[in-house]
Amino acid sequence: MALDNKRDFKIVGTRVPRPDGVDKVTGRAQFGADKTAPGMLIGQILRSPHAHARIISIDTSAAEALNGVKAVITSADFDKASSAGNQDALDNCMARGKALYDGHAVAAVAAISATVAKQALKLIKVDYEVLPHVTEVEDAIKTDAPIVQEGRQAADTPAGLSQNITHQMSFGHGDLDAGFAKADLVIERSFKTAATHQGYIEPHACLATMGPDGKADLWCCTQGQYFVRELCADFLGMETSQLRVTASEIGGGFGGKTTVFIEPVALALSRKAGKPVKITMTRDEVFKATGPTISSYSDVKIGMTKDGRITAAHALLRYQGGAFPCGTIEFGLMSAFAAYDLDAVQAEGFNVMTNRPRQAAYRAPGAPVAIYPVESVVDELCQQLDLDPLDVRLKNAARKGTKSSYGPTFDEIGLVATLEAAKAHPHYTAPLGPNQGRGLSCGFWFNFGGNTCVSLNLNADGTVGIIEGNPDIGGSRASISQMAAEELGIPYEHVRTIIADTSSLGYNDITDGSRVTFAVGLATIKAARDAIQKMCARVAKLWDIDEDAVIWEDGFAKPAGPNAGAFEPMSIAEIAAIANSTGGPIAGHHEVNANGAGVSFGVHLVDLEIDPETGFTTILRYTVFQDAGKAVNPDYVEGQMQGGAVQGIGWALNEEYIYGDDGLLQNPGFLDYRIPVASDLPPIEAVILEIPNPGHPYGVRGVGETPIVPPLAALSNGVSRAIGKRMFELPMSPPKILKTIKG
Amino acid sequence: MSNIHVTTTLNGDQVEYLCEPQETLLDVMRDRLDMTGAKEGCGSGDCGACSVTMNGRLVCSCLVLAAEAEGQEVETIEGMADGETLHPLQQKFLDHAALQCGICTPGFLVAAKALLAKNPDPTETEVRYWLAGNLCRCTGYDKIINAVMDAAAEMRGA
Repeated sequence: MALDNKRDFKIVGTRVPRPDGVDKVTGRAQFGADKTAPGMLIGQILRSPHAHARIISIDTSAAEALNGVKAVITSADFDKASSAGNQDALDNCMARGKALYDGHAVAAVAAISATVAKQALKLIKVDYEVLPHVTEVEDAIKTDAPIVQEGRQAADTPAGLSQNITHQMSFGHGDLDAGFAKADLVIERSFKTAATHQGYIEPHACLATMGPDGKADLWCCTQGQYFVRELCADFLGMETSQLRVTASEIGGGFGGKTTVFIEPVALALSRKAGKPVKITMTRDEVFKATGPTISSYSDVKIGMTKDGRITAAHALLRYQGGAFPCGTIEFGLMSAFAAYDLDAVQAEGFNVMTNRPRQAAYRAPGAPVAIYPVESVVDELCQQLDLDPLDVRLKNAARKGTKSSYGPTFDEIGLVATLEAAKAHPHYTAPLGPNQGRGLSCGFWFNFGGNTCVSLNLNADGTVGIIEGNPDIGGSRASISQMAAEELGIPYEHVRTIIADTSSLGYNDITDGSRVTFAVGLATIKAARDAIQKMCARVAKLWDIDEDAVIWEDGFAKPAGPNAGAFEPMSIAEIAAIANSTGGPIAGHHEVNANGAGVSFGVHLVDLEIDPETGFTTILRYTVFQDAGKAVNPDYVEGQMQGGAVQGIGWALNEEYIYGDDGLLQNPGFLDYRIPVASDLPPIEAVILEIPNPGHPYGVRGVGETPIVPPLAALSNGVSRAIGKRMFELPMSPPKILKTIKG
Repeated sequence: MSNIHVTTTLNGDQVEYLCEPQETLLDVMRDRLDMTGAKEGCGSGDCGACSVTMNGRLVCSCLVLAAEAEGQEVETIEGMADGETLHPLQQKFLDHAALQCGICTPGFLVAAKALLAKNPDPTETEVRYWLAGNLCRCTGYDKIINAVMDAAAEMRGA
């Protein structure tokens, strides 16, 4: 693909206002829970009070008999799913045979009001046989651990590990023994991280309407309406054409809204009741039954020479991904050492099932907890060898031509430029006071392209409508409109981008993998080029010259040169006005499975101070450096960098799922699961680097996920340097820091 | 259980509604009055997405019973703009790109307006502490704080 990076951008790179902004500051924007329908019922879900229990029987008769109750369902109301992965998603929505975690759905009701629905839930009698449970990684891997699901163990799992092990794999190259033998210092450490939640402020919500003719409409907050359609149609035995899914405005997702939880339940209730059914999760349900990340227990060993060259590196990562098989370990293993150019490297590990909610993606899934131990050990090596941590990273940095630790050879990447920017920034040399420390860490994410489909319609007045299929989770409608306006040479305000429902546009992958600005942007540029070609053809017909003799410049069709003839340039508005008499409506399309997303690197610097009396951490200064390829809208690129950093800060300092010995979640609310608030934080400075991605015509690469990766190690390294002792566990809550200081 | 009849003032308009005794002001606004600008993020007063003012005092409408609004003056995000003219805070949130998903935005705006009514010239630290009851998961708060500081300056005529 021809990189257009020499182009003098007019609209791309500017801080235009977002098209959905006014709706969102006035309260008019419609999110998942903001929709109603005539005759609508309220759906509610009964959830397991046990961490692990066999469901002997469910008696719904008393609930069904309650006045105002219109439908009660259990797992028996769904079809068998068409694949093992889909069946796991369905079984997570509604327990089949066993309740696998505290909060696992076992039945649901639809009633004329929330009050009646709540009463009905109390009338459902579930006979449970409580089973032994396991919630922690280190317990679940033992051979005598309770088995969460029989028959799911990976075929190649070595002896001596529990049947709960589901994914075992390894990446790397080179001779580790020889590498470690060359080192002047080898450090091997073990680390633990807690499970966290994506913490989107909008609880899951949906409104399902299914008629007796089998046609259904579903409105929901999701990162991917097409995937919701695929799963729900599968679970309800529908043809996909009969289910139209419309994505609402989405109140945060961060990966947590890439699957279904309540949507199939609402559809099944609507089918049974013959009326629209709305389900809105409570925050307690969000914590107990959606989202959380993996937790981990990992060993990392790295060897280094006195002058800071890494000679060998090994990681053993153990992830738990809840009650179902979970492939996130693969991303962790692939990303662990991605920032380094290594001759000898191996990352191996596995997933283990526990009686916790099914893991859902969270911003760079698997990478933060893989890179955290690696960057911690690198920092400790730097300290012990008295080396500058940025110089050591520069010395070992992956660059163009590096064979990555997970296989591919890197193309143009921005790690070195990002490290150099951090080194040159005044933050890096600012003085530190007593009890203060400076931490840094690299971060990495693969980025993704994927299946994408865009339509561009030329309106009669020369303005343009873009139809794309990816929910806008952080301002992407602005960046898509900018790229269309740039390509067409028209004002940004003349473009309006909407998110299509599943019946209005071809298939699009989920909004994930930092793919939207890259892949939808690429498809939008190509759709614009398609429309330009058609417009030029119309003009060529009018001028009676060859199509090749008409070119497009700054919103006008022009003769290609003096030989083409002397014609007055025609504006897009003039061409649009006569479209119906020159061949009919003009539209551009592009469909692609986009490759070339271009990997992303970032470096974070943090200064912090520890209160030696309480162990409390105050963040004094924070700077994010990241390669954006080309920042289409710098405001929203900075927003991703700042927001991701703060989520990572929460992961490092406060956030954790806490299970009691009874296997029940002890902190399912924002009071006890504490995400960062404004007063916890200083300003977060964002420094954007632009090393163009050769895989995109404007050089764009995804930016959304990388920023959550570095904070875990950056904070841990900062705390360790401030207190003069190493931290090996997240979150670094005040009691843990205090214990380390005193220990 | 019989419903309660309530008369209250919402954004300057007198409104009447019937509510169940356990219903919250947030429930009634969203489910009975079609005012969905205030959001339920937690239902326990921890996230601030449902912020409104009652007689000028900032409250979480999920913690106020609908029946308690009898005879009170309630102001919500829907009453913040003056016709087509956005409130300076709303405009500054747009200018500073102080929102990403936007679910927390109504609550932040209502809370920030209540702050500036009390303290027209807050320090950055004061803004951060006042808004500590409003959770935002997208932005890291940086641009929100800048927007509020800038709006405060503009409203002071600075």
